[in-house]
Amino acid sequence: MKPQTSKAPRAGRPGIAWAIPGVLFFAFFAAAPMGIVAYLSFTDWDGLSDPSWTGLDNWTRLWEDDGMRNAVWLSLLLTALTWLTQTPITLLLGVWAAGRQRNRAVLSAVFFLPLLASSVALALLWRTIFDPNFGLAADIADWFDLESADLLGSSRGAFAAILFVTGWQFIPFHMLIYQGGARQIPRSFYDAASIDGAGTVRQFFHITLPQLRNTIVTSTVLMVVGALTYFDTVLILTRGGPGDATEIVPYLMYDTGFAAFDLGYASAIACALVVVATTASLLLVRLTGFTRMRSTREGM
Amino acid sequence: MTSTIDKRPPRLADDGPRAERPRARRPFRLPRANYPGGLAALIWLGIVVVPLYVLIVSTIQTRQSYLENGPLSIPDEITFDAYRTVLEGDFPRYLLNTLVVTVACAAIAVTLAVTVAYSVVRTRSRLSRRVFQLFLLGLAIPSQAVIIPVYLIITELQLYDTLLAIILPTAAFSLPVGVLILVGTMRDIDEELYESMALDGASQVRMLLQLVVPVSRAGISTVAVFSALNAWNGFLFPLILTQSPETRVLTLGLYDFVGEFRTDIPSLLAAVVLSIVPIFTAYLFARRQLINGLMGVGGR
Repeated sequence: MKPQTSKAPRAGRPGIAWAIPGVLFFAFFAAAPMGIVAYLSFTDWDGLSDPSWTGLDNWTRLWEDDGMRNAVWLSLLLTALTWLTQTPITLLLGVWAAGRQRNRAVLSAVFFLPLLASSVALALLWRTIFDPNFGLAADIADWFDLESADLLGSSRGAFAAILFVTGWQFIPFHMLIYQGGARQIPRSFYDAASIDGAGTVRQFFHITLPQLRNTIVTSTVLMVVGALTYFDTVLILTRGGPGDATEIVPYLMYDTGFAAFDLGYASAIACALVVVATTASLLLVRLTGFTRMRSTREGM
Repeated sequence: MTSTIDKRPPRLADDGPRAERPRARRPFRLPRANYPGGLAALIWLGIVVVPLYVLIVSTIQTRQSYLENGPLSIPDEITFDAYRTVLEGDFPRYLLNTLVVTVACAAIAVTLAVTVAYSVVRTRSRLSRRVFQLFLLGLAIPSQAVIIPVYLIITELQLYDTLLAIILPTAAFSLPVGVLILVGTMRDIDEELYESMALDGASQVRMLLQLVVPVSRAGISTVAVFSALNAWNGFLFPLILTQSPETRVLTLGLYDFVGEFRTDIPSLLAAVVLSIVPIFTAYLFARRQLINGLMGVGGR
């Protein structure tokens, strides 16, 4: 704001007290729980009696737990594959949507539809589609003469299904991010490139892509944090199965905490999840020199 | 300079280097036709439309016809029995619960975000920076990570299995994005406007209600939509914090329908459709606000 040069009376200013209700509310339901979950990770708690202090037990168990190792591996794999599949697709679609094609607005509006629904609604839709007896999967298996239409029944198939459904849901979101980024690129860059005789492909790699650097980082951070916290889709589509083929970290935490009621150990898993998610996003931000963090609400 | 944080404009939108100039929406164009993008868009159109087609067609036939003909064929006889089944069941109650939760969350999030942002932007207190940082850090907390302590807090408050149990944490988790958006919007308000209000002897409350709120309308509507969408589509908090049919919200209700309808796929999918209809209607009337809210970007 500019220095006050006018003779007008100085406008009064609100005290910091105005922020207190909001700060307290947020601290109570979001910030303090971060501390409590750290405390609970050092206890044994079944949700009914009082938590009892067990020191590092949960953490040593976490370190040696094969289930946790499997979950971390699956989460990292899912995150990497999410990035590898979604980034090229959203980049292509987002840059396309930033252009001026005739049907762009209509198509973009259609693409946007999955974003309006809850992940629960979408997971239910896909569950019926994947049904090996009556779903679309049965028809597709018929056409291609596949032996089994039971995608969710096989380890790889179930994992691929999670990857696909979450992609189907969130690709439009990242497409919108890239669309916004691509629209900020000055026209003159392309004009200059055209004069130099650069074709569409070269323009994409020499102008569009470098100019979208910040957008790529933003979208990557959101994808990574999103993929590390996928939960609804897994619960409805596969329940972590078959076996433990899709038991990613958030689902393992839910299963440990609210199915087995081993809430102390589940707290340790939750802490590990926060550490991994925060480290991953900070690393990305650091490595790429990007200083402005964005919302991480996706995928919740 | 009135405050130390003035130099760090928090922006949710990734608008690249030109972002510092608000309203600089200059016409832009990407060069020529983007054929690879167009092709990708066409393919993606298929991937989006086929499941949506299956969704709609499945709901306008009888259960028998769905099981016999599969999801792709257009039924000989169109019937809305599936919708009737859903609407005559518990669906209206779940819808009402969701409405209550959504409205309450939006109201709480908007009220608290407005007061916090107003204080952060205008106060002379050194603490304003700390407050702002608290909410910045809060962005990085995934709700899965704190669900166990939130469950503890809610049971201690004896709120378990009430609508408040869903409302309070959901609203709290919408606050960081809300504060960020509104701090961005309110920062643009000219000091002279405050001064002219001060000439009239306006109190802080009047300044907030008669100057800040009307000028920040766009940002406020974005925050309202963002928090409302979060509440409408939220699943984890209701799943863990409620249990009886009286407090069941739509997302949880959908999840329950899986067991209730079993092979009655038309009814299950009709419930899915009905859960999306209200948001879809809002989308038709307020597309821009909804996209802004969904992306959590500053409303302009």
